[in-house]
Amino acid sequence: MEISNLTKKRIKDYLESGNRFDNRKLLDYRNIEIETNVSKNAEGSARVRLGNTEVVAGVKMDISEPYTDHEDEGTMVTTVELLPLSSEEFDYGPPRINAIEMARIVDRGIRESGFIDFKKLCIKKGKQVWTIFIDIYSINDDGNLLDAACLATVSALLTAKMPKYDEKKEKVCYNELTSKKIPLTKNVPLTFTFHKIGKSIILDPSKEEEESSEARLSIALSSNKKEVVINAMQKGNEEVFSEAEILKIIELAEKKYKEVKEEIINKIEKNLKENK
Amino acid sequence: MYTKRPDGRKFDEIREMKAKVGVVPRANGSALFAFGDTIAIASVYGPRPLHPQHLQNPEKGVLRVNYDMLSFSVPERKKPGPTRRSQEISKVTEWALLPALQIKNFQNTVVDVHIAVLQANASTRCAGINAASLALAHAGVPMTELVSAVSIGKIDDKIVVDLIKEEEDHKEGEGSTDIPMAFLSESGKISLLQLDGKISSKKLKEAIEAGKKACKKIYELQKKTLKEIREE
Repeated sequence: MEISNLTKKRIKDYLESGNRFDNRKLLDYRNIEIETNVSKNAEGSARVRLGNTEVVAGVKMDISEPYTDHEDEGTMVTTVELLPLSSEEFDYGPPRINAIEMARIVDRGIRESGFIDFKKLCIKKGKQVWTIFIDIYSINDDGNLLDAACLATVSALLTAKMPKYDEKKEKVCYNELTSKKIPLTKNVPLTFTFHKIGKSIILDPSKEEEESSEARLSIALSSNKKEVVINAMQKGNEEVFSEAEILKIIELAEKKYKEVKEEIINKIEKNLKENK
Repeated sequence: MYTKRPDGRKFDEIREMKAKVGVVPRANGSALFAFGDTIAIASVYGPRPLHPQHLQNPEKGVLRVNYDMLSFSVPERKKPGPTRRSQEISKVTEWALLPALQIKNFQNTVVDVHIAVLQANASTRCAGINAASLALAHAGVPMTELVSAVSIGKIDDKIVVDLIKEEEDHKEGEGSTDIPMAFLSESGKISLLQLDGKISSKKLKEAIEAGKKACKKIYELQKKTLKEIREE
């Protein structure tokens, strides 16, 4: 889209008075819609909409050899494909840096939270383990694809069923999903990406706001019982944050996580029930 | 003898179809089209200047189609990125759509059509063409007619409409022949025809007749879907 400097200035000035073009408060999310099981051939899948931003994520599983330093643990591969279908700014070809970065932040958030119990994905120590492929596709880019991507991934993992594994033939039977879920814990990871525009700090930017962003900070959090922990962070864009701003953002992220975690899990569970 | 289809459909029955436009708000035009479990979405960007410049055609506009399946749309994960199959389908889809477009006066520009298969159970290229045709109309790209596509099969000795995966893989008797085809809605001309299998010319004639009939039904749904946006 490449918005003009004039629009950027308007956005900045408007934010300073505490307002946004779409009437949201600075830390408000757009309406979150979650739809599960959107692609039947996937072990699990979900579509997430944040306003007009839309992302689909799918989980597929396969058998592979474990890493030598984690012989009794399953593995995970996360990819993000920013489809040219979803924006005139995206091109075909090998993933560009923005797609790679997004996939890596989501990957760290999921991996470090302990949301997936990798030990339970071991079939034969040192020989065979399950690999979880998480593939995320953008369908419509209207800003904040990263937070939508993480949400879609969590939703897809929560809905996923393990495929049947034929131990004799050492083959996965994809058409026979078992009723067994992927071994997950209660440590649900979520990312929150904060953007700094002028003096203001905002959440869930629209495309215009994202293009006006001077600095961003993505934080992936999870919680085990009461305590919220930070699992991944990434500071992006060309401008800088003060130490005070970083500390404030962390505080806001923790607060936001507690606020929305239940709401999101309820949404996913409600959708799962309706789908049955 | 092939007497009964696995999903209980009549031999000339299309799966339940679904069509919707505007599924990618950011694009100039977009649509979803589904044949039962096969779901394709298409978005259109352009006409816009074509870069790099040496690809431009100073005599007419260029149509560029890209078809791909999402990695988890099939039982065994497909690695992200283009394959020989997806490149061939992109090209035949381009040829299927181009005759309906009036972009000769859009010199030096490109119309980009992107097709993504969200969920696959055979006939993905046909669902893709139907979605793309809707998306092009939704984008307001000048068109003289719509394009409707369907896959006709010969399973053993029977001509069947809109194959599913199980039928594509049919091995008994004469096996399975898959014939995807597209018809232009006004002129009735054929803009896509592929065949994979074994068939006599007599049976092929029968298949084309069945395809023509099925595409009329698809066209009616496409027309209805486009009219609905105007009413909104």
